[in-house]
Amino acid sequence: MISLNVNGKAYKVDAAPDTPLLWVLRDHLDLKGTKYSCGIGECGTCTVHINGKAVRSCTITVGEVKRKKIVTIEGLPQNHPVKQAWIKEQVPQCGYCQPGVIMQVAASLSQKPMPSADQVIREMDNVLCRCGSYPRIKQGIKTAAQTMRKEGKR
Amino acid sequence: MDTSLTRRSFLKGSLAMAGFTLAASFSPMGLEILNASEKQKGELPGFSPNAWFTITPDNRITLFVGNSEMGQGVQTAHAMIVAEELEADWKQVKVKQAPAGDPFKNPIIGAQVTVASASVRGFYETLRKMGATGRTMLIKAAAESWKVPEEECQAVMGMVKHDKSGRTLSYGKLCLEAAKLPVPSNPALKNEKDFRYLGKPMPRVDIPEKVAGTAVFGFDVTLKDMHFAVIARPPAYGAKPLSYDEKGAMEIKGVVKVVPLPMGIAVCAKSLDGALKGRDALKMKWDKGVLPEMNNESIEKSMNEDLGKPGASVVKTGDAPKAIGEAAKKVEANYFVSFVAHATMETMNCTADVREDRCEVWAPTQSQTGALMLAMRASGLPKEKVQVYTPVIGCGLGRRAKPDFVVEAVTLSKAVGKPVKVIWTREEDIKYDYFRAAGAHRIAAGLDAQGQLVGWSHKLVSPSIAKEINPGQLKDGVDWFCLWGLADRQESYGWNNRIQYEIPNLSIEFFLSPLPIPCGVWRSVQNAPNAFVIESFIDELALAAGKDPLEFRLQNLRNNMRARRVLETVAEKAGWGKPLPKGVGRGIAQHACFGSYTAQVAECSVDSKTGRIKVHRIVVAVDCGPVVNPDPLVAQIEGGVIMSLGTALKEEVKFANGGVKSANFDDYNIMRMSEVPEIQVHIVKSTEKIGGIGEVGVPPAAPALANALFKATGVRIRRIPLTPSIVLEALKKS
Repeated sequence: MISLNVNGKAYKVDAAPDTPLLWVLRDHLDLKGTKYSCGIGECGTCTVHINGKAVRSCTITVGEVKRKKIVTIEGLPQNHPVKQAWIKEQVPQCGYCQPGVIMQVAASLSQKPMPSADQVIREMDNVLCRCGSYPRIKQGIKTAAQTMRKEGKR
Repeated sequence: MDTSLTRRSFLKGSLAMAGFTLAASFSPMGLEILNASEKQKGELPGFSPNAWFTITPDNRITLFVGNSEMGQGVQTAHAMIVAEELEADWKQVKVKQAPAGDPFKNPIIGAQVTVASASVRGFYETLRKMGATGRTMLIKAAAESWKVPEEECQAVMGMVKHDKSGRTLSYGKLCLEAAKLPVPSNPALKNEKDFRYLGKPMPRVDIPEKVAGTAVFGFDVTLKDMHFAVIARPPAYGAKPLSYDEKGAMEIKGVVKVVPLPMGIAVCAKSLDGALKGRDALKMKWDKGVLPEMNNESIEKSMNEDLGKPGASVVKTGDAPKAIGEAAKKVEANYFVSFVAHATMETMNCTADVREDRCEVWAPTQSQTGALMLAMRASGLPKEKVQVYTPVIGCGLGRRAKPDFVVEAVTLSKAVGKPVKVIWTREEDIKYDYFRAAGAHRIAAGLDAQGQLVGWSHKLVSPSIAKEINPGQLKDGVDWFCLWGLADRQESYGWNNRIQYEIPNLSIEFFLSPLPIPCGVWRSVQNAPNAFVIESFIDELALAAGKDPLEFRLQNLRNNMRARRVLETVAEKAGWGKPLPKGVGRGIAQHACFGSYTAQVAECSVDSKTGRIKVHRIVVAVDCGPVVNPDPLVAQIEGGVIMSLGTALKEEVKFANGGVKSANFDDYNIMRMSEVPEIQVHIVKSTEKIGGIGEVGVPPAAPALANALFKATGVRIRRIPLTPSIVLEALKKS
């Protein structure tokens, strides 16, 4: 049994330690918001937060994340500025890559000091979207960054 | 309309879907999880004069959409059209994905499919009428209850009003009375100037769940006691298994069965991890397949050799060879377009639950009709015992028009006696794709002294698309899918997928390449690769005629007002003819397909040391007739442009040893954020018949870019992708 802390909850899972975290999140914990697409860490679709950093859950094993704080798309609050910006700017098309994209952007924007929207956009080159929602991802990042700056000032 | 799908069986179907997990339920109000009490609500008697909507006494309107939602916004678009004519209040509307059923067969295709940019253009009239039917009946119900003439009543935002007395009744209150009335056959439609929703940007109903992470894609479908299956597939086309270690696979934790199938050896397990490890443990050995030497070079050589063989005549107007022979100027060129993959972000998958007397399938497919047929065949059950549900789809792009995964899931569920989810890894998804067919082209054209086209002779060599998609269409050696963009059948549902230029002597020939590479429909089908060839060659002709590329196009599209209008609009918006910084080139291209017209201007520069192309800007003008939802329309064009640029710059399937070498996103490169230019989309106001949108952004981008590259460098490259090495080599030669 492996102990995990996901979205603030403690879990015990019966999985081999070399199982990719992605399959454990999806099939043991029923957190299906995190998606599979490449399995080799190339596309970013499976991105989650581990101790606040964006990590690809397809290439990290469940054995490597014991006792670490894992946050998935389901654990990112609905009123999070990135999620709100994604609705306002109508970013997703098929939406399959977007949980990973949102988690990547949320992690980048949470760094201290907060990077500019342009800095985050430059970091997005290893995150793939086949629908070509890139122009809207850019706009979404700008809108989210603006909100977060305003909130930070309050 | 087929009435076998009653409202009741219909609701039961959608509720069965609700039962398996968080339902694929969409609502303008955001996420809604169907629970037990809502289930009962769904069983309430209501008013449902057709398969498209139900109004219940709780004043809710549930709209059912039969097309697959792949991010193009079809659920919102269809809901807007019905809600418009129904005069519904958008706030009371909930949209649900309908299970497969005959009413959802596209009237212009005759099947329940989401292809050919046909979901809105195919259903526009039908959906308006369905909504108007409801509105007319609700008005009649109100008039009867008030004992006043119908003409004194009007429907406004979910209620019927009687102006003289100021009385109102909500649709919820009227629905049970309306349900007793006869269904009118020709209800009056709304006047377009009174449209409340159509043409206005409405937020997509599928977005909130996609952002929350709760949207249920095919990959996410979960059933009780569901098993997982993966299949070991041949490394080369036509390869047969020589040996495999079934015992070794069975020793892996969770593996329950190894099942040989025509497409490979399947491993079924209680977990996906177990199935994947079990497949590794099979230690498969294969023979070399049907063409073990095949690679990219041999493919191109074979297709180019076939250009010399006599093909089937597809179009023969006038006498092209004679006209070209006698022309003031003659231009000839050969072009080649490579195979490209769909690479949808969600890999292929399917879940099936086959029991003695029923078969349920959750298929992320663009062809419910095909899925249903395959599920019936694989389960051995009749239509009434087979149900196909469509989850949210992680990119379609045409790949999911081929529901091959349905056979796998149904066969394996039957073999294991459990619900089974078949999953394709990314490597399988790319290697066993039905690619966009490669094309080898030979063209000759003649111009008169004024630069007018007098003749065009075109030969195309391509492997078959119809063979995998619709074998019945393959007749007399002609595959019309391969020809789309150049030529099309008169009665085609593609609608105007043919060369637009006014050419008095036109000859188009087709030769079917016998290569064993399976091909399919890829966003716009062959409109895009054929438009790359036509529109690049048009620029070569303009150069020969000594004309500006825009002027030459307009001169040879004299009577094609819609093509002219998008060209003129895009030229004006892009500042055609205005000076550009040194090293930057500007190119133009136009194309018509699926009933719509698009023109694009591209601006690019080239790093002369690396051969890398930088795309600076793409400007688009599009005329698709009436606009339903303008914001997703722009998103579709942006996405189409980006995919097209991918094929122009980098996408190419690599073959080796008789099979596919490309396997994942590290060796099959799709567009990345930093490569995406500024994209401006201009919608041309139009009252023409409604056309398609999902695919029409694709064709002109690649040739506009190739034409811009020519302006920037003076180099004409007659193939895509324009990879840095190819560009560098061409620059060196020039």
